[in-house]
Amino acid sequence: MKKYTYTDKKDTRSGFGAGLLEAGRKNDQVVALCADLIGSLKMNDFIKEFPERFVQVGIAEANMMGIAAGMTIGGKIPFTGTFANFSTGRVYDQIRQSIAYSNKNVKICASHAGLTLGEDGATHQILEDIGLMKMLPGMTVINTCDYNQTKAATLAIAEHDGPVYLRFGRPVVPIFTDPDQKFEIGKAWMVNEGADVSIFATGHLVWQAILAGEILAEEGIDAEIINIHTIKPLDAEAVLKSVAKTGCVVTAEEHNRLGGLGDSIAQVLATHNPTPQEYVAVNDSFGESGTPEQLMTKYGLDAEHIVLAAKKVMKRKQNAVISI
Amino acid sequence: MKPTIQELEKTASQIRRDIVRMVHACQSGHPGGSLGCTDYFTALYFSVMNHDPKFNMDAVGEDIFFLSNGHISPVFYSTLAHAGYFDKAELATFRKLNTRLQGHPTTHEHLPGVRIASGSLGQGLSVAIGAALTKKLNGDKSLVFTLHGDGELQEGQIWEAAMFAPHNKVDNLISTIDVNGQQIDGPTNLVLSLGDLHAKWEAFGWDVLEMKGNDMADVVKTLELAKSRTGQGKPIMILMHTEMGYGVDFMVGSHKWHGVAPNDEQLQLALGQLEETLGDY
Repeated sequence: MKKYTYTDKKDTRSGFGAGLLEAGRKNDQVVALCADLIGSLKMNDFIKEFPERFVQVGIAEANMMGIAAGMTIGGKIPFTGTFANFSTGRVYDQIRQSIAYSNKNVKICASHAGLTLGEDGATHQILEDIGLMKMLPGMTVINTCDYNQTKAATLAIAEHDGPVYLRFGRPVVPIFTDPDQKFEIGKAWMVNEGADVSIFATGHLVWQAILAGEILAEEGIDAEIINIHTIKPLDAEAVLKSVAKTGCVVTAEEHNRLGGLGDSIAQVLATHNPTPQEYVAVNDSFGESGTPEQLMTKYGLDAEHIVLAAKKVMKRKQNAVISI
Repeated sequence: MKPTIQELEKTASQIRRDIVRMVHACQSGHPGGSLGCTDYFTALYFSVMNHDPKFNMDAVGEDIFFLSNGHISPVFYSTLAHAGYFDKAELATFRKLNTRLQGHPTTHEHLPGVRIASGSLGQGLSVAIGAALTKKLNGDKSLVFTLHGDGELQEGQIWEAAMFAPHNKVDNLISTIDVNGQQIDGPTNLVLSLGDLHAKWEAFGWDVLEMKGNDMADVVKTLELAKSRTGQGKPIMILMHTEMGYGVDFMVGSHKWHGVAPNDEQLQLALGQLEETLGDY
């Protein structure tokens, strides 16, 4: 088990803010739009340096998506910012018609995804956004795991031509990835090579998967951990390669178990190499109020649940072998 | 040389012939609103807008038009074809399998002249505002035009955009509402009243003009007046009073022809009322 340590913890959204500023410096076509959540999206530094390239839309997310689509005509690269719920479900039809179907180069950047808006409760959380966005033809869907990766992803999507959904969170989480990494859209990141079980994790669950891997290692289980930061297009090659080695799978995500990363991987496996799989995800329910930590525990989105899922799926793998 | 009013009227008559023939050929589509807006489209594309049929999506240095009420695609497609964006013969493929002329306009099929998909109502004003903001950022002095149905104003997003544009001094934008008072389920004032549109748009901070939308001279004059009032800090809204189905007597003024195709006999009746001027596709 590769050892991951960290010296600093930061929120992933701050990685977005830093990435946006740097993307703005690299390319003067980058513009930002926000629906009355500048502080939450960490857009302040961009606005300070490029006030003319920022559009305050007010509490009008549908209008924001339309304006962003229109701004691409003439060459701008718009980054929209609001909470994940208001970035997706609230404006699904606007994204569908004016951005995805029209193939506009808009970067929909969504903070406070999953349960991490905590105390605000289910109205401000969203556990369906990955599913909603990945079903749109042509939409790239990314969910980043720490500050550095979010910053790198923000820079990468500025250079990618086409609509992108970039999902990140609010809480402070360990920074364990390389500060100078190159983010490759659609290329899974090998966190730890192993032989007994494949753990595919995305977003905040990647760190929990690393912790789970350490616990499993102590018990003599050699877990392969892969960070699926890009859910669409999915790195099917990496998934199949890993599964060919381990023969069983755990998927981990801060999302409804229906329609998220787990289903994307299940689809690849079902059509290429049917494999026992366990989901670590929210079991088709809305969230509720509580601290993010409390909610992650209550809904089973932590290292402990990944460990349980790994053991369970390994047992199923053995049974499958015996039954043959 | 700009065409005369008479020449524009001839073009409009041909476009109206195309509309009824297109909708008849596939037995679906929206003739009523298309016929009502034909004079506007003709004036815009053949006299008012500075545009290039050698289509470029980014439209740098040229005026842009966005159709927000995408169901009146027949008039849009016919106008684009006559303006040289694509071959007029393609109009015969309207709404048929494998066509670029989808029921509602889309960029997905790469049809020259279309810069955004529309059909789901209420989104076009926001898109136009975005394009207008980009023109300002790029130092591009050309203009952005949009058309909306009056029924479309029942969508909430329109009013988000209505608030935004004056607040941000989007004064390179000339929007037009086709006020024909009809929508699918009946007269607008029975379905959901729009109230005093002039007062409403003015209250939101727009420079509001009105025109007779089926009077070519008035359409050209008002659009030119609107152009002269750009760059003065306010977006411009034109309330265009039209009759749904204008040009075909049995279609005029009724919501019945919002989305219904004429049969063979009705097609001949309609074509008999529309003087052929430029040759059918």
